[in-house]
Amino acid sequence: MDKIISLTPPLTNEVVLGLSAGDRVSFNGVLYTARDAAHKRLVALLDEGKPLPFDIRGQVIYYVGPTPARPGRVIGSAGPTTSYRMDAYTPALIGQGLKGMIGKGNRGEEVLEALKQGKAVYFAAVGGAGALISRCIVSSEIIAYEDLGPEAIRRVEVRDFRVVVANDAHGGDLFEEGISRYGRM
Amino acid sequence: MKTIELQQVSEKVKYLCQQANTVLGEDVIAALEKFRRDEESPTGREILDQILENARVAEEQNAPLCQDTGFAVFFVEMGRDLLLTGEGTLEDAINRGVAQGYTEGYLRKSIVGDPLERKNTGDNTPAVVHLKQVPGEGLAITFAPKGGGSENMSRLAMLKPSDGLEGVKNFVVESVKIAGANPCPPIIVGVGIGGTFEHCAYQAKKSLLRELGSRHPEPFYSSLEDELLELVNATGIGPQGLGGRTTALAVHVEAHPCHIASLPVAVNMQCHSARHLTATW
Repeated sequence: MDKIISLTPPLTNEVVLGLSAGDRVSFNGVLYTARDAAHKRLVALLDEGKPLPFDIRGQVIYYVGPTPARPGRVIGSAGPTTSYRMDAYTPALIGQGLKGMIGKGNRGEEVLEALKQGKAVYFAAVGGAGALISRCIVSSEIIAYEDLGPEAIRRVEVRDFRVVVANDAHGGDLFEEGISRYGRM
Repeated sequence: MKTIELQQVSEKVKYLCQQANTVLGEDVIAALEKFRRDEESPTGREILDQILENARVAEEQNAPLCQDTGFAVFFVEMGRDLLLTGEGTLEDAINRGVAQGYTEGYLRKSIVGDPLERKNTGDNTPAVVHLKQVPGEGLAITFAPKGGGSENMSRLAMLKPSDGLEGVKNFVVESVKIAGANPCPPIIVGVGIGGTFEHCAYQAKKSLLRELGSRHPEPFYSSLEDELLELVNATGIGPQGLGGRTTALAVHVEAHPCHIASLPVAVNMQCHSARHLTATW
């Protein structure tokens, strides 16, 4: 349980299938950021049969809308946002080869099913730890939708970004496990 | 009669926006430390440690505690013997302070002008301002930035008087369970009971401003708060919803007179980044 698994996207099916709810993970490498408005545009592109602004195969999306960077800094505070708002768009992206998502909070049934079908995994980061997490981000570049401000898609490079596997590709659910272990109702 | 220039109000609001978003209140830190000591879950303890570490890093690096620097909500108490001079209304002055504070302070602009068109206003205005007149010539402005993640998990029900205390308790616990991991637990649960539809929600939000660890002045509500906290922390949701004892740091209740036909109850969820700061004149 205390072992920390280091991951660098793109992730293969083999790596994804080796992860279980509760595993501790350290991300080292490139992640793409996107939240509500960017997801809406990405799925609209798919509906129109157009290509996405980045090759999504094997990649991991981090649900974040950072604060503006102060001069001399790479990025502002950058903790995870609540993930269920992306649920409506997520199965389509997993269908295109998305292998992981980092956010906070519970996912809906449609996403849990898509994780199994498409061999993908949902990771939880600590919500409200935006200042701490920003220290793991070593570079940041807007690659699409600059007009969306904090909701633009960024390519960020992270070093030792600690997360935990919340929902794996086998139906494992850390939220459910937690409640059954600690609930007293 | 005292006179205050609205320009001074804007300047102070600008400071409140930057300071409250960067420095976590001592009462919140004390509550997090207390629950950290009693948390049974190792993952839960780790998360609480990271939240405390985040507060240290934010203050040290002058960085926002959370990337969601919130909807700018203000509670203003204005003395009846106070005269405000300068351009526009008090609300205009607050909005000018918010625009400057969020822009110069590198805070995130999280407000869209029209809820359906969804175009960002660019400076985090307009603020929500609750104004109350009080005796004297003082002015107190409390700034409480409200994050979207926890606000989205808030609920209100117009219960029947026959639902009574049990109905209220059930609604609060049910709301926490539905919210699950989403509002960034450990949370503070603000509960409004009574009033009208909108006043009930206002009471719930206002209760979040009370210092953590303080007791409700009325023994009945004080013990109701204790009981609700115990029920909420028996859910097992825990820090970030990953299991544990610490689902909430506190439950605060505000009650208000209500109509013979009604028993409104509102639950306003507040994440652990419970930010608020007051300026007085």
